[in-house]
Amino acid sequence: MKAMIAMSGGVDSSVAAYLMKEAGYDCAGVTMRLYRNEDLGRGAYSTCCSQKDIDDAADVAFRLDIDYRVVDYTADFKEAVIEKFIRTYERGGTPNPCIDCNRHLKFDKLFSFAEEEGFDVIATGHYARVFCDEASGRWLLKKALDERKDQSYVLYMLPPERLKKIRFPLGELDKDSVRSIASEHGFVNAAKRDSQDICFVPDGDYVRFMEDYTGKTYREGDFIDIHGNVVGRHRGAVRYTVGQRRGLGIAAARPLYVAAIDAEKNTVTVGFREALLKQTVYAEEVNLISVDDLSEPIRVKARLRYNQKEQPAVAVMENGRLAVTFDEPQSGVANGQSLVLYDGDIVVGGGTICASR
Amino acid sequence: MIYLDYAANTPADPEILRFFCEKEASLIGNGNAAHRAGRETAALLEETAANAAELLGCAPGEILFTSGATEGNNLALKGMTADVLGGQIILSPLEHASVREPAEYLKKRGFTVAYLSLNRDGTVDLDHLAELLKRETALVAVAAVDSELGVVQPVAEIAALVKERSEARFHVDATQAAGKVPLAPERIDTMTFSAHKIYGLNGSGMLYRNRRAALSPLFHGGHGAFRAGTPTAALNAAFVMALNKAQTERESRFKEVKEKNAALRAALSRYDKVSLNSPDSAVPHILNLGVEGVRGTVMRQALDGEGVCVSVRSACGSDGEPSAAVTALGGSRREALSSWRISLSHLTGEEEIASFAAAFDRCYRRLTAKA
Repeated sequence: MKAMIAMSGGVDSSVAAYLMKEAGYDCAGVTMRLYRNEDLGRGAYSTCCSQKDIDDAADVAFRLDIDYRVVDYTADFKEAVIEKFIRTYERGGTPNPCIDCNRHLKFDKLFSFAEEEGFDVIATGHYARVFCDEASGRWLLKKALDERKDQSYVLYMLPPERLKKIRFPLGELDKDSVRSIASEHGFVNAAKRDSQDICFVPDGDYVRFMEDYTGKTYREGDFIDIHGNVVGRHRGAVRYTVGQRRGLGIAAARPLYVAAIDAEKNTVTVGFREALLKQTVYAEEVNLISVDDLSEPIRVKARLRYNQKEQPAVAVMENGRLAVTFDEPQSGVANGQSLVLYDGDIVVGGGTICASR
Repeated sequence: MIYLDYAANTPADPEILRFFCEKEASLIGNGNAAHRAGRETAALLEETAANAAELLGCAPGEILFTSGATEGNNLALKGMTADVLGGQIILSPLEHASVREPAEYLKKRGFTVAYLSLNRDGTVDLDHLAELLKRETALVAVAAVDSELGVVQPVAEIAALVKERSEARFHVDATQAAGKVPLAPERIDTMTFSAHKIYGLNGSGMLYRNRRAALSPLFHGGHGAFRAGTPTAALNAAFVMALNKAQTERESRFKEVKEKNAALRAALSRYDKVSLNSPDSAVPHILNLGVEGVRGTVMRQALDGEGVCVSVRSACGSDGEPSAAVTALGGSRREALSSWRISLSHLTGEEEIASFAAAFDRCYRRLTAKA
């Protein structure tokens, strides 16, 4: 069996490659080059921004004595991830570029490339599990054994027909074991820190990145209350996320939160916590894994953010959109984030939040 | 610092630099301008082209000055195929990226690209070339000396074969060959030179173009049929001075480098895990080698830590992938990934070879113990 390992240069995918090789697969590592200095508005003469990661991945591949190559997906990444990221912020949403990268690059373009090249499976360093449910014969996506590291949230978009060709060798491991495997085998990245930031905004200043990229200036504007009264000045609508409390700089008797963002009018609406509460959340770009359709409502547990505790809800498809009505109203529902549904440990499916009420 | 990366860049010869500064300061006119200042510049341009032609044994009209080898190679490949509706391009697998990538780019314009197989000593397999050549062959390109291994190609034989068996254009990248081996443009359509490999100034180079070879320009807009833009008289003259020196002193420089190469090979042969990838017949200026089980980039980094500058075939975008040159010579993927390059100059001192050997010894011990 031939396995293609998507290697980012980080410790997780390196150990994934090691485990696949140990499991007897004929492995080859691949790193996707996703952007160049020029794409990020940096000087063409500075050190190539993703070179260190490529070098680390190549080094691990050399140590494991597996084939290794770099594929250039810069054009696709620009269109499917970077530009969508900017568009989402400019519409008052909060994008999740890692999910778009998984959707369009890792599990689509790279997956097809692996198939064309004759690979039987593709493996990544995600913490999640795929398995075949014997009763139904269906391939399912399941949370990682170590729930603190679980990344099933960013994988809800996996096309169900592709699951049987996807391997997550870290699904049953915890981070400490992964690091100790890496240092045992002398991987250069054994102690490399986990990536926290958006890869193409390494310093975290996404507004500056967007300004450099688009040539626009995201201007100051008014903070308004839910009645439309001006209550202060904001530093540019794209800087805020619905549900945000910190850094607003408005004095009030009780904590104020960002309740809504109108990018067109350049206003940011603030309100007390109760003003943020939403009962029903709608999502588009829907992908369903454990069920064929949701024409009939089902009970689920749902997450609106990566680190959120799951909340009980009822999910159903309505006019092509996923509608999820929570038992308890939810705060901090941001358009552009992902709404992911669970049945116990199993991922039912999910979509991109587009509206709420 | 011990600099052993002369194939990547040579230091500017002070005499050439001084000459350039004087000319650049004294010539104020645009060489295209029809007044006295312009004519003074034009006179140097004319004289420079004549000197270059004499050095190469061609006509002044066959000399074009460029910004370097990348431009020269792009101009030759794209320029000579511009009016051709597709066909085959044949390359040696040892070509520099500035030849290989324009050829790959031309695939979009309907060309196919075929790579020649090599003999054990790295030279092009002439039987394979004869087999590949056909009526639709539009262009053949071979580096007279390649940058990774230093293999010297039998350019005259290749040229003869190309011209006897086809109507194809023959391009020679002489960037690494200049100053190292004798060069004559016989039966060659275009030949690339670069100043910064022969102790000249960065940003200048030359393209020989046979007067019968049709060439479309890359740059349009201004005087000059093949390359628009204000001519760089002082830079051209400095280039020709560098070429002249490189040719005049070729034999004595070669002899000096050969001695250093022998000392280096002797020192390196003491290590079990060292394998020399450059064939014995390669130019002595380039020595490609590998240490078993140690990635080339790791060795480069370790040597860099010791103040020694060597290089690994690596360009942004292809790093981590095995050297095509080493693979073409029959090396395994692992050997190709372990390869790195020392490149020498007549300027390299004996004490530098000794210091390198000591630094290498430390890196070798440390890295092979780990691997």
